[in-house]
Amino acid sequence: MSDCRRQWNREDELPVYLAGPITTGPNQRKSFGMFSSVEGAFDSKTIDFDNYAVGRKGSRTPRSGSRERLLDTGDPVGKTPSEPREGSLTNSPGDREDARTGVEVRFSTEKESPDGKNERLLIKGGRVVNDDQSFYADVYIEDGLIKQVGENLVVPGGVKVIEANGRMVIPGGIDVNTCLMKPFLGTQPVDDFLQGTKAAIAGGTTMIIDHVTPQPEDSLLEAFERWQEAADKRACCDYSLHVDIPQWNESVKYELELLVQEKGVNSFQVYMAYKDVYQMTDSQLYEAFSFLKQLGAVVLVHAENGDLIAQEQRKILGMGITGPEGHPLSRPEELEAEAVFRAITLGNRVNCPVYITKVMSKSAADTITQARRKGSVVFGEPITASLATDGSHYWSKNWAKAAAYVTSPPLSPDPTTPDHLHTLLACGDLQVVGSSHCAYSTSQKAVGKDDFTLIPEGTNGVEERMGFVWDKAVAMGKMDENQFVAVTSTNAAKIFNLYPRKGRIAVGSDADIVIWDPDSVKTITAKLQQSASEYNIFEGLECRGAPAMVLSQGRVVYEDGNLQTQQGTGRFIPRKPFPDYAYQRVKFRNQVKNKQGVTRGIYDGPVYDVIPTPKYITPAPSAKTSPTSHQPPPIRNLHQSNFSLSGAQIDDNVPRRSGHRIVAPPGGRSNITSLG
Amino acid sequence: MSFQNKKSSTRPAGDRLVIKGGKVVNDDQSFYADVYIEDGTIKQIGENLIVPPGVKTVDAYGQLVIPGGIDANTSLHAPQKGLNPADDFYHGTRAALSGGTTTIMDHVLVEPGTSLLSAFDQWKETAEQRACCDFSLHLDITRWHEGLYEELETLVKDKGVNSFLFFMAYKDKFQSSDSQLYEAFGVLRDLGAIAQVHAENGDIIDEEQKKLLCLGITGPEGHVLSHPEEVETEAVYRAITIAKQANCPLYVTKVMSKSAADVIAKARKKGMVVYGEPITASLATDGSHYWSKDWATAAAFVMSPPLNPDPSTPQYLTSLLACGDLQVTSSAQASFSTAQKAVGKDDFTLIPEGTNGVEERMSVVWDRAVLTGKMDENEFVAVTSTNAAKLFNMYPRKGRIAVGSDADIVIWNPKETRTVSAKSHNLTLEVNILEGLELRGVASLVISAGRVVLEDGKLSVTEGSGRFVPRKAFPDTVYKRIKARSKMAEARGVPRGNYDGPVHDVISMTKSVPPTPTTRGPPCPKTQPGPRNLHQSGFTLAGAQIDDHIPRRSAQRIVAPPGGRSNITSLS
Repeated sequence: MSDCRRQWNREDELPVYLAGPITTGPNQRKSFGMFSSVEGAFDSKTIDFDNYAVGRKGSRTPRSGSRERLLDTGDPVGKTPSEPREGSLTNSPGDREDARTGVEVRFSTEKESPDGKNERLLIKGGRVVNDDQSFYADVYIEDGLIKQVGENLVVPGGVKVIEANGRMVIPGGIDVNTCLMKPFLGTQPVDDFLQGTKAAIAGGTTMIIDHVTPQPEDSLLEAFERWQEAADKRACCDYSLHVDIPQWNESVKYELELLVQEKGVNSFQVYMAYKDVYQMTDSQLYEAFSFLKQLGAVVLVHAENGDLIAQEQRKILGMGITGPEGHPLSRPEELEAEAVFRAITLGNRVNCPVYITKVMSKSAADTITQARRKGSVVFGEPITASLATDGSHYWSKNWAKAAAYVTSPPLSPDPTTPDHLHTLLACGDLQVVGSSHCAYSTSQKAVGKDDFTLIPEGTNGVEERMGFVWDKAVAMGKMDENQFVAVTSTNAAKIFNLYPRKGRIAVGSDADIVIWDPDSVKTITAKLQQSASEYNIFEGLECRGAPAMVLSQGRVVYEDGNLQTQQGTGRFIPRKPFPDYAYQRVKFRNQVKNKQGVTRGIYDGPVYDVIPTPKYITPAPSAKTSPTSHQPPPIRNLHQSNFSLSGAQIDDNVPRRSGHRIVAPPGGRSNITSLG
Repeated sequence: MSFQNKKSSTRPAGDRLVIKGGKVVNDDQSFYADVYIEDGTIKQIGENLIVPPGVKTVDAYGQLVIPGGIDANTSLHAPQKGLNPADDFYHGTRAALSGGTTTIMDHVLVEPGTSLLSAFDQWKETAEQRACCDFSLHLDITRWHEGLYEELETLVKDKGVNSFLFFMAYKDKFQSSDSQLYEAFGVLRDLGAIAQVHAENGDIIDEEQKKLLCLGITGPEGHVLSHPEEVETEAVYRAITIAKQANCPLYVTKVMSKSAADVIAKARKKGMVVYGEPITASLATDGSHYWSKDWATAAAFVMSPPLNPDPSTPQYLTSLLACGDLQVTSSAQASFSTAQKAVGKDDFTLIPEGTNGVEERMSVVWDRAVLTGKMDENEFVAVTSTNAAKLFNMYPRKGRIAVGSDADIVIWNPKETRTVSAKSHNLTLEVNILEGLELRGVASLVISAGRVVLEDGKLSVTEGSGRFVPRKAFPDTVYKRIKARSKMAEARGVPRGNYDGPVHDVISMTKSVPPTPTTRGPPCPKTQPGPRNLHQSGFTLAGAQIDDHIPRRSAQRIVAPPGGRSNITSLS
C-alpha cells in the first residue's frame, strides 16, 4: 500500500516541487510568510561573521568546555592546523582519491594541503540553510570549526575546495534519542556505538545523544562512565548522553547533582511505564521534576500508563494472544495520551520543562499541541518509525517481521498517523525528530516468541531519520527547508544546550555539515544499510533526499555512499544546565508565580473538639513501583487497620445537632498543634 | 408503565390529590393536564379527570408541574476526620424538600477496614429513621481489593446499589491506584454497576500541600492553591482512559472547572460512556471567596475539588449542562459548622470539606440556565431529575410525571423570587455560601410520596418517612452501549506458524536478572513476593544449547536449527 503511494508521489510531485527552490538564482529564497528573510539581510550578517571570526578568534561563541575545546582555543591564529585528536587520524591519501572520484560533488583541489590533512576545507557555491534563513555563501572550515561564512572569502592557499553546485549546505543532524548500548538480558544491541554512529553518519546525522540506561540497582554515575568509555572508544561522531533514572530515591539525588554539575549531562529520562521496574509514581515524578528543575535539567518522559499496560498485558496473555500483535493491543493509544497529559500536568505544577520522548500517536501529539497552546513548556519528539510507518505490521503473518516493529509506545495502527505527525512537526507543535534507534537482532527478539511481553523493544531509524523527514514533509510541501533544519538539528541543539556549537552553520560553530541532495531517490533495504540488524522496518519504502556529503568535525566522513569514518573519533559533548530555550520562560514564571497567603486576623470563634484520630500508617495505594516501596506483601491486609470511625464515639450519647462540644475560649484554643 | 411499585401499600394511606390547571413538564415534552394522585403514586393524567369526591385539589394555574428533583450527590452522614456533618439525614432531607428535591442519593463512606455491607446497613438504618424524603445510596469504596467482590455482588444483586465511588485523591487515605481502579471498573462492569470517581490527582495534591504549608500558607486559600484546576482535569482524563480500557461506564462527581468539563465533553464526542455532574456551588459561585479576609467565610467554601477562582466557570458549566455535555446536577451537600471547620484554622488541610447546596440546587439551575435562555423547561427537568433517574435506574419510577410513577411532584413557580440566607434556610448551618444571592424560580408546593410536604412556604415533614429506593443493575441508558461494545471489542491474535528462526540464548544472569523493559517479572533481588508477578513463571531461557560452540557475528549465542527447535515450551 505504501509502495503504491510512493510511486504516485514520485511520478507526480517530485519534479514539480523540487525544481523550484534549487534552480532559482542566487540570493533568492522562497518567501514562506512574513518572517522570511529580507532581501540582502544576510549580506551584512555574513560580513559580521567574517569580522568576528578573523578579529576575535579566541572569544568566539562560548560553549561548554571539553578537553578538545581547550586545545582548539589555545591554537594560534589558525595558520597551522591544530593537532589531530587522538584517534581522529586524518584520512589517508587513498580516501581523498575516493573523494575526487565523486560525481555529484566535485573536488577541485587546487593545492595539496601541506601535511596531507583535510583540516582546511572550503565549501563553495552552496546554499547555506539554517533554521531561520537560507542564503548562498561559501563556508570555510579549519580545525573542525567553521571559520568564515560569506561570499568571496579570502582563504589561505592549499585549501581543499568542495563544489556544492548550489546544493543545500545544512547543519549536521542531531539525533536526540538513540539506545546503542541498552542492554537486553545482559547482551547488547547489534548496533553498538560504532555501527550506530556509522549508520547515523550515512544518514546525515553528525551527532547523537544516547540514553544511558542503568538498571534499578545500578549507580547512575558508574553507568554513565561505562557508557562514556564505550562511546569514546567506538563512536565515529560526536555524542552526548542522556541518563535514564530507573528509580527515585535519595541516593539518586546526589548522583544527579554530580552528573549535572561535573559531567555535562542536562537531561534525564523518567518512566511512567514498565511497572515494577522503572515506573515512578506521581509523587515520585513530582519530586523528580522538582529536583531536576532546581538543577536546570530537561526532564525526558517515557509517557505510558504502566499500571494499565500491566493489566492489559495480563488480560491479553490470558486470552491466549502471545504474538507481537499483543504488544499494540496491550498498549493502546489512549494510555500514551493519558500519560502525556499527566506528565504535562506534573510539569505545569512544578513549573518545569517537559520533553516527551517518542510521540507515537495522534492523540498524544494533540495533547502536546493543546498544552502548548495553553503555554506549557513541553516539547514533543516523534521518531523515524512513527513518521514513516504505522502499526499495521504488528499483524503480519511473519513473526520476525511483526516483532521487528515492537517498540514502546507502539506504532499506532492508524495509517494516517505519520501524516498527522508530520503536519504537527511542520507547524512547530512538535519540535524534534529522534530515531529511538535500538536495534536487536531477530534472534534476540525471538526470546519473546511465545510471550510478547518478553520481546526486547526497539526499532531502527537513525540512518533513515533525515531522509524520511525530507521525503514526507519537505518534498510533500508541508515544511520548508529551514523548518527541516530546525526539526532535524537546530531545535534539538537549543533544547539540550548545544546551540550554537551544533545545529547551525555560523562562524565559530563546529564543522558538522551535511551537503544535502534532495534529488536522490533510494529504496530502503536491510541489505544496503549500515546498521547491523538483519531487518529494517522501512524495508522497501522509497525515500527521496539523502546526504551527498557529510562532514563531521571538519572532516569528510561520508561521500557518495562511501563512509570514511574512524572509530573513536567521536567526542563527548558536555552540556550545561539551564538551556535558555527551555528555561527562560520557566525562570520568569518562577518569579511571577509566587504564591501568597492572605493575611487575616486570627480566627477566634469556637473550635470543634476533635478526638485525635490515629494516623493511617498505610502505604500509598498509589505506590506503583514495588522494588522501592516497602509494601507489605498482600495489599489487602491494609484493610485490617484498627482504625474505625463507625464504632462508638466519645460523644455518641450527645444528640447530634445541638451536641457539638465546643472548646470556645475566645483566644482560639484548640487541641491541634499549630503548624503555622 | 410496566414497573411494579413494591412498597407503596405499606405507607400510611397517602393523600388523594388532584393537581389542576398546571402545565406538566417532563424531560421530553410539556402539556397542560391535571394529575390525580392516590396512594403515593400517580394514577391519572389528563384533562377532565374523573376523580372520587372529597379529593383535595391543588391549584397550579400558571405554574409548572414537574417531577421532583433528584439530588444525586449528598453526604449527610459521612464523617470527615471524625466530625459528623452538621446536617444529618433529617435536616438535609428537610432542606432538600423545601428546595423541590424529593429524592436524594447519599454517599456511604466505607472507612478502610470496615465491611461494605455493614456500612451500608448502618447508613440505611439511620436514613430510614431520619430521612423525610426517599433516598438511595451510593457506596464509596476507599480501598479496593479483590476480596470485595462478594460484597459488591451482594450489594448489587440483593441490596439495590448500582453505583460505587472511588477516590483518586486523598493520598494514603482513600486513594486508589490506577491498577486498582482498572480492576474495580472491570468488576463493576461485570456486575452492571456504574463507577463514580472523585477525580483529583492525590499525589500531586499531597506534594502541593506540603509545599504550601512550608511556605507558611495555612489559610483556606491554601486549599485552592493546592488543588489547582489541572489536577482535577488530569484525573478526569485518567479516569476516562481507565474506564475506556475497562469498558465501564463512568460518572464523574463534582465537576468544578472548565477544563475538567471540557475533557468530559471531548470524551463524549469520542463516544465514551461518561457522565459529568456539576454541583450547586460550581454553578452558582466561584472560588474567589477563598481569599476572603474573614476566615470563617473562606473556610465555608472549602470542598474538593475546590471552587474555581475563574469567575466565568459557572456560566461555562451551565452552558455545557444545557447542551447535554454534562448531564446531572447535584449538590454535594456536606455541611460542617464553622466550629467544625475551625479545626483547620491553623492548617488548611484539616478543614473538613463540604458546602451546602441541597436546598438551592433547583433554583440555581432555573435562575442561571432557564431564565438566561440557555435551556428550556424540559431540559431543566432532565438535568435536575430525569437524567439522574435514568442513569441510576430509578426511571420511570422517579424523574417523570406519568401514570404509575411515584407521586414526587413539585409545583414550580417560575415567577417567584427568593433570597438565599443562612437565617432563612432549612439547614442548621450558620453560614450559607450563596448568602445574599437572589434566585428566581421557587418550588411553591412539594409533594413527596403523595403527601404535600411544602405548601405556602411551610414545611410539614415527618421524620423517617423516607423510603430506601433500591436500584437494579444494568441501567439501560448506561449499559446498552457497554454491552454492545463488549461483544465488539474482542481482541484477536494472529494465527501464525511457529517462529522457527534462531532464538537468542539468554544466559542466566548471576546478579539480578536485568529485566527487559517489558518483563515485569522477576525483578531485583530484594523484590517482594507480590501477587502480581504473573510473569514469575518457571519460564527460563537459560541452559546449555545445542550449538553453543558456534560463534555468531557479535558473539551472540544463538540456537538456530532451521526446524525451530527451541528450549521454550510452546504456549500455544
